[in-house]
Amino acid sequence: MDLVTPGFGLVFWTGLTFIFLLLILKKFAWKPILGAVSDREESIKNALKSAEEARAEMQHLQADNERILKEARAERDLLLKEAREMKANLIEAAKEEAQSQADIIIRQAQASIESEKQAAVADLKNQVAQLSIDIAEKVVKSELSQKDKQFKMVEGLLEDITLK
Amino acid sequence: MGVETLKIKLLAILLMCSFSGFCSENTLDKKEQGEFNPKEMILHHVKDAYGFHLWDWDGHSVSIPLPVLLWVDGELVSFMSSEFHHDSNGEVVVERNGHRFVNYHEKIYQLASGASALAFNEDHYPSNASKPLDISITKNVFMMWISVLVLLLLFITTARKYKQSTQNVPTGIAGFMEPLILFVRDEIAITMIGKHKYKRYMPYLLTIFFFIWINNIFGLIPIINGANLSGNIAFTFTLATFTFIVTTFSGNKNYWKHIFWMPGVPVPMKIFLAPIEVIGMLVKPISLMIRLFANITAGHIIILALMSLIFMFKTIAVAPVSVLFALFIAVIEIIVTAIQAYIFTVLSALYFGMATEEEHH
Repeated sequence: MDLVTPGFGLVFWTGLTFIFLLLILKKFAWKPILGAVSDREESIKNALKSAEEARAEMQHLQADNERILKEARAERDLLLKEAREMKANLIEAAKEEAQSQADIIIRQAQASIESEKQAAVADLKNQVAQLSIDIAEKVVKSELSQKDKQFKMVEGLLEDITLK
Repeated sequence: MGVETLKIKLLAILLMCSFSGFCSENTLDKKEQGEFNPKEMILHHVKDAYGFHLWDWDGHSVSIPLPVLLWVDGELVSFMSSEFHHDSNGEVVVERNGHRFVNYHEKIYQLASGASALAFNEDHYPSNASKPLDISITKNVFMMWISVLVLLLLFITTARKYKQSTQNVPTGIAGFMEPLILFVRDEIAITMIGKHKYKRYMPYLLTIFFFIWINNIFGLIPIINGANLSGNIAFTFTLATFTFIVTTFSGNKNYWKHIFWMPGVPVPMKIFLAPIEVIGMLVKPISLMIRLFANITAGHIIILALMSLIFMFKTIAVAPVSVLFALFIAVIEIIVTAIQAYIFTVLSALYFGMATEEEHH
């Protein structure tokens, strides 16, 4: 039947036209369009990837910051503690120093007081001895000047002594 | 209701207009034969023609004359289709280069030397004429070239839109075409052929998809009297042949092994399967050819047949029913234009995929 018999003319022109259409569209339409689409898809993919990377980087940085902050805080605490300890030590040392200094001063004072006292006592002793000698000299002088009394006393003394 | 009814009325008028051609031809037919012949009318509209008939005006056909090109005895004979004066009954004889030609049922016959009019045998076939090699620019060829122009315009404009944009952003027409192109790429080529090999076939698949689709659509436009290109077996035959050629030339070792020496079955079975596979190789493109041709032609025939009812019953009362049904079918046909283009492309891609599939068992 006519309807289902391919006519040569149309086969010929369809073939020619299709090849022509295919070549022209391939060069001027499909290549640029598909190229542009795949370029765009590639760039979107890259953009998404770099965004993801940036996010990871951000997270990394944040974690880093956190860590650094924590470390800094710990260090601060340590420093404060050390300072406090140092302060206490210093005060303690100063106190001890003062105490020992005071002790030395007190001891020195005591020693000097003692030696002063000794000197004073010695001086006093000398003066008492001098005075005693002076008094004794005077007494002896006055006693010896009275000759009767001397004889009387010697007689008295001689009477007390009983000769055996 | 308002707007909807108006739309339906407009569509009905459009549909009626589209068949105005055959309405008047039909009156002519009646004058000659006295009876309306739906079969003849439908076949006349489904088949190719030498001139591009637009409408009848005041009893005269208005048509675009197209060149008739014939290859006779090693030389090209050419004249315009208007020389036949719209005759397709073999009555008007055109004489060129000493040869005589007639147009009988939209086929050109070369009269045997000495004959001055077409004679018929008892089976109503021309008895004193032969068909020369005919490469005329027929209605279908003409519409095909218009469709090519439209495709070139559409897609080269689309390509230019990407060039204009700095970041390959589809604007204007490109925004409309890109989803279609991506559909062919993602749903047809990558699905059927695979991620690694689809690129080679993209130009072919895209071209064939849009070429078939646009010609399916052009076949439905009523004003141009539906040049039924994609419902012509010569057209589908050519495209199916291209798919066959591409499949055969892309066939790898694995493909040919599956045809001639099926792996994984006993030897007698291998011998038994080989001829079946060889037939299958040919049946695939043949099925492509018949499917597209039959689907598109069937749609045209149904619409025309529904319209014929009015003239068969000879009453205007049937018209609303015919128009409504024809409208319904026409809407389905619009969907079919895309579906058939899709099926042809998807099956072509499937065959390419089978031809390039690597051994994996």
